[in-house]
Amino acid sequence: MVDPENKTPDNKVKPPTRQYPDPKQKIEQEVKTTGHSWDGIEEYDNPMPRWWVWIFIITIVWSVGYWIAYPAWPGIQSATSGLLGYSSRGEVADEIAEFEARNEPFFIALAEADLDEIREDDELHRFAVNAGSSVFSAQCSQCHGAGGGGVQASGFPNLLNDDWLWGGTMEDIHQTIRYGIRNEDYPDARWSEMPAFGQDGLLDDDEIDQVVNFVLSLSDSDHDADLAAAGAEHYEMNCASCHGDGGEGDYFIGAPALNNQIWLYGGSPEAIRHSIYYSRFGVMPGFAGRLRDAEIRAVAAYVHQLGGGQ
Amino acid sequence: MGILDHHKKIETHATLLLVLSFLVVTIGGIVQIVPLFYLENTIEEVEGMRPYSPLEIAGREIYLREGCYNCHSQMIRPMRDEVERYGHYSLAAESMYDHPFQWGSKRTGPDLARVGGRYSDDWHVQHMVSPQSVVPESIMPAYGYMLDRRLTQADAEHVRDIMGVYRTLGHPYTDEMMEMAVSDFFAQADEFADPVDARYPGAQQRFFDGQEDVVTEMDAIIAYMQMLGTLVDFDTFVPDPSR
Repeated sequence: MVDPENKTPDNKVKPPTRQYPDPKQKIEQEVKTTGHSWDGIEEYDNPMPRWWVWIFIITIVWSVGYWIAYPAWPGIQSATSGLLGYSSRGEVADEIAEFEARNEPFFIALAEADLDEIREDDELHRFAVNAGSSVFSAQCSQCHGAGGGGVQASGFPNLLNDDWLWGGTMEDIHQTIRYGIRNEDYPDARWSEMPAFGQDGLLDDDEIDQVVNFVLSLSDSDHDADLAAAGAEHYEMNCASCHGDGGEGDYFIGAPALNNQIWLYGGSPEAIRHSIYYSRFGVMPGFAGRLRDAEIRAVAAYVHQLGGGQ
Repeated sequence: MGILDHHKKIETHATLLLVLSFLVVTIGGIVQIVPLFYLENTIEEVEGMRPYSPLEIAGREIYLREGCYNCHSQMIRPMRDEVERYGHYSLAAESMYDHPFQWGSKRTGPDLARVGGRYSDDWHVQHMVSPQSVVPESIMPAYGYMLDRRLTQADAEHVRDIMGVYRTLGHPYTDEMMEMAVSDFFAQADEFADPVDARYPGAQQRFFDGQEDVVTEMDAIIAYMQMLGTLVDFDTFVPDPSR
């Protein structure tokens, strides 16, 4: 319907520019102002959008339900605990319990199995290797490398080869992981201490030079044959009781084999000289207090199958 | 309409609006914050917590100075994945002697709340000197210069002053601890010195950085690393589910 006022006297519709009512007029007709006026600027008093008002009311109703269901209001001694009994600690305990329950049959089987039997049970071994692998990446990889390759010449042993310090049977690996090496936390930790032959004055510099060359000769590395020949005697007197006459090493006291090209602290003459002069004292933490026995067995199974297991 | 008309007064008087807004915010704040100070189940007592030893304080000061907290948190959240990786979730009481606490707000590196005892001292030295040599994918900067920076008598006295401040904040440092602070500071980095664990139970004492003749910043930071998260014996801890 056309507003009669919008028509010209000759009954024609006004051009579009004039079709719209005066804004001021419209305000007076439909929307009140709040009555505030600052510098001539007035404020409409439009109602809130209906959807907004409803969401506002729903959130208030929701919050009442939330107060009842969840911990909310502080009291004198403690806060209200809520009908659902929720707690973040309870939640994490439940979640851990759920996964433990799923794995429990395997963990029980692992804990009860004879260490060497784990390999014979395919399913158990597969579980052990996978579980061991994830524990390894969280607990062991920082020193032994993500894949067990160790850190070359830094005293962090490579676990991929069959050159073991303290033995590479399941029993040996399990024992080493459990109590660690040369730490003070566990009385059962593997322990041995090589004398600092230079620092403590057991050998003089020339003698150490000779021993260095003799040690190099054990693995057919580049060496000075004369010095090596002179060093043989010192080696036999000072080193052979632990490292063996031919440098084969001794798992029982963690004496590294010297007759191969695998070096824990580097195989350069300088590195070997340093080892003899100052000795080395590699430490590994024990994990008996951090991991449960089944997990330690899993890691042992994982390390054992990396390549060097005996 | 009565109350709404009064509201007009508030809206048109800026100062009154400011004062009343402040009042409302204050009430809201008090209701949220004050119960945390008196509710018994927010304050969990655990056995084993002790104030930091002097050398550990020095290590902690280095930790702050280097901004370690920018990349490392010290807060294991109660979630399964974190508990599996880092160990038992952190308890409020474990930060009771931290001013300020070191929970952190983001992790570029791993959480350090329970790093103590996890690695050998050698590993820490190697890792500080060249993080990539032990963790190839690491982007941590090297801090090898700590091996060369000796800690002096003045540093030890500074730590004693810090202990004095902590004492005013309520840390239970005894007179004996204050008197022995400077000597304990050097003794803890010397495994042949008089043991400090009489005053600081569970304190580890050895040549942390492997250098026997000097006490360096490396000694301090490793002493601090090696004690993080080790004080509470979780074998004896029974979590209260309402907490």
